[in-house]
Amino acid sequence: MKLTVQDLNSHYGPAHILFDIGFEVGEGEVVALLGRNGAGKSTTFRSIVGLVAQRSGRIMFEGKDVSAKPTHEIVREGLGYVPEERRIFTDLTVEENLEVGRQPKRPNAPHWTREKLFALFPNLGEMKNRPGGRMSGGEQQMLTIARTLMGNPSLVLLDEPSEGLSPKIVEQMVDAILTMKKEGVSIVVSEQNLHFARLISDRAYIIERGRICFGGTMAELDSRPDIRDAHLSL
Amino acid sequence: MAFYVVQFLTGLASAASLFLVASGLSIIFGVTRIVNFAHGAFYMIGAYIAFTLTERLSGAFGFWGSIVLAALAVALIGVLVEMVLLRRIYHAPELFQLLATFGLTLMVEDLVVLIWGPDDLVGRRAPGFKGAIDFFSQNIPSYDLFLIVLGPVVLGILWLLFQRTRWGVLVRAATQDRDMVAALGVNQKWLFTSVFAVGVFLAALGGALQIPRDAVHHAMDLRIIVEVFVVVVIGGLGSIVGAFVAAVLVSELNAFGILIFPKISIILVFLVMAVVLIVRPWGLFGKPEAAARKTPGLTVNPWRPLTSNERLASLAALVIAATLPLFAGNYALTVGSEIAIFVIFAVSLHFLMSVGGLASFGHAAYFGLGAYGIAFLAKMAGLPMIVCLLLGPLLGCMGAAVFGFFAVQLSGVYFAMLTLAFAQIVWSIAFQWVSVTGGDNGILGVWPEKWAASPSHFYWLALGVAALVTIALRIAVFSPFGYALRATRDSVLRSEAIGIDAKRIQWTAFVIAGTTAGIGGALFAYLKGSVFPDNLGISLSVDALVMVLLGGVETVSGAVIGAIVYKALNIWLVSQTDLSKLVLGGFIVLIVVVFPKGIVGMLEMLAQRRRKSSPPGSPLLAKPIESAE
Repeated sequence: MKLTVQDLNSHYGPAHILFDIGFEVGEGEVVALLGRNGAGKSTTFRSIVGLVAQRSGRIMFEGKDVSAKPTHEIVREGLGYVPEERRIFTDLTVEENLEVGRQPKRPNAPHWTREKLFALFPNLGEMKNRPGGRMSGGEQQMLTIARTLMGNPSLVLLDEPSEGLSPKIVEQMVDAILTMKKEGVSIVVSEQNLHFARLISDRAYIIERGRICFGGTMAELDSRPDIRDAHLSL
Repeated sequence: MAFYVVQFLTGLASAASLFLVASGLSIIFGVTRIVNFAHGAFYMIGAYIAFTLTERLSGAFGFWGSIVLAALAVALIGVLVEMVLLRRIYHAPELFQLLATFGLTLMVEDLVVLIWGPDDLVGRRAPGFKGAIDFFSQNIPSYDLFLIVLGPVVLGILWLLFQRTRWGVLVRAATQDRDMVAALGVNQKWLFTSVFAVGVFLAALGGALQIPRDAVHHAMDLRIIVEVFVVVVIGGLGSIVGAFVAAVLVSELNAFGILIFPKISIILVFLVMAVVLIVRPWGLFGKPEAAARKTPGLTVNPWRPLTSNERLASLAALVIAATLPLFAGNYALTVGSEIAIFVIFAVSLHFLMSVGGLASFGHAAYFGLGAYGIAFLAKMAGLPMIVCLLLGPLLGCMGAAVFGFFAVQLSGVYFAMLTLAFAQIVWSIAFQWVSVTGGDNGILGVWPEKWAASPSHFYWLALGVAALVTIALRIAVFSPFGYALRATRDSVLRSEAIGIDAKRIQWTAFVIAGTTAGIGGALFAYLKGSVFPDNLGISLSVDALVMVLLGGVETVSGAVIGAIVYKALNIWLVSQTDLSKLVLGGFIVLIVVVFPKGIVGMLEMLAQRRRKSSPPGSPLLAKPIESAE
């Protein structure tokens, strides 16, 4: 297994947010984490990369237990994280944003260069010197993914990449994610949008009120409309 | 004309050092969010070490080598401080870091006297820059010209460092979003340490470069730190270009202020700073701060009024305190009165700072105004003491009403800096308006009337007022006004969304705090029999901050304990040792590291832990929950 999460519990102050979360991601797989607003998708990702201080449980990445490591060490193992809020460095140019994400080559992961990323996201190549704060939402979403890829991750946690984007940009995003998959990057993508998830994912988990309540292939999910309607209906 | 040109150049030369120190402070604040009070101390150590090295190493190479070596040595000290002390407290409330670095400053002040002695040290002149250049029969020291060139050169180097290197890109990224930088695989710890080292290096270099111009002495840290704060605020926190422009502006104001407005020369800089903050709160080159993200769960324990048992205990403590005159001598009673007065001062700042979330760096202004109010009324108008005590604090009230109106328009560090500027303005007026205030000589002979003159009577008076003030403010904390104030502290936006006029509430709190501080100042004037500009000085403002933080900023009653412990310790140490600052500073640093929640916060935590670990059904756990608010 590429990534195994077991018994993950997280708290914000006195509030218990995640309850015994567990899921698995195979080598080269795209797995969707589906759930409504506030279900715990972002907190799950933030807990995996160590951005939530109060957490317990086991997080195995490439066979190593990373749950006790600080954020930057987890990321340096090759576990990339793309936050939902994008968190572009607004004062830095596109190229400088990419520079912050740059990490050395990794033997077991595809190597991304600026040129390769500008080919993946042609819009970014046209605005290399533009400050992050003067980009559209779609452009920022591309930049935040490209920035994480600069770290040559072998697995990426993608937090709601389609949120707030126009249909045309969403299409580009689907292409980009499929390219990443083809290159050999494993991906966990959190989504509210089932149609988007279906286009890219091999398997899916559903999270509701901080608990995993379904796990299976996309076909299995489609064969259970009851579950889909109970946890994902709009 | 030539004279003015020379004056202008002198100003530019002074700007060089100021810029070095200010840019260092700005860089450190940008990334670590620490307002490094010890920055002036690093500047001073830089000057001292450079002095020693230049005495030992001869020749031009020895001199310039010493300057660089001194700065490097101090940078190394900075790295140690960051790794040993600051790393532990990055996640503490931001003012705690200020407290820790203040403690460090105190320690350094005593240490340099211990190592280099109390006398001014006059350093070597710089080889190659010993003479002066004749400019239309006016002399310009050639070393000044060197400094004038150095400033822009350093600015250029820093610009390249930040724009053209990976380190610079990472630092700029971390200035905006530290967590995201970590989430991209960058080790924040070393980034912070390196930033701190660069900042301290710049401060020490600024100090080392001063030795051919100025004598090295053990008070140069406080003098520079205030000016540096002003520069950084005018220029905009985090902006290096801003620091440069503001350093030039401030130095020129100083250079020409003496010539053109000798009467208000000290105020001038602070007036400019106040105007800049009101018009452009984020400084000339700074960027408006994004709404600060609150750390969730910072104050986990909700405040509650005292339980009846705790009330009884407080009352008993008060009664015991009131019996002091039965067995203590006059000296102890005077000390007791002073402590009671500082309790008043500390609770007034606590009200503004902990309840209102507005940390004032210039709270002594209102304490001092109260004291001056008494001096004017008693000495000049000759009013009876009771009337004076009632009217005197009104001067503090008026000052707080005027300054507070502007100050509450800002928040966070900028609020702190504006209050500092206002306090300095008031101090300058007291210092320079000699015909009214007596200037440095103060106003003497403000003695209490007979009924309060004996140490025991005065002690009872001070104790009684302190108790009344503390109770009144506690009632205010748990009144609807107190709830509204705390709402504005926790979220200005949300409180406004439920119809609270946030600015008005904060302004009211500012006036209440100022008036209360004025009451303390009024009593202080009678206790000392005199009033001096120091009564509104920075060190007194810092004392108040330390007392509140020491007690525990997140507690309701911390200020009282903090004031008692700090003041008693301070007075005792001064009488016991020549190294009182070293011990006190070490004590403060220790408290910050070991008990980051303050004395009372620590006690509450212990009590809570005991409650948690006690088995269910125990009397502690069975306590009715109504006592929580």
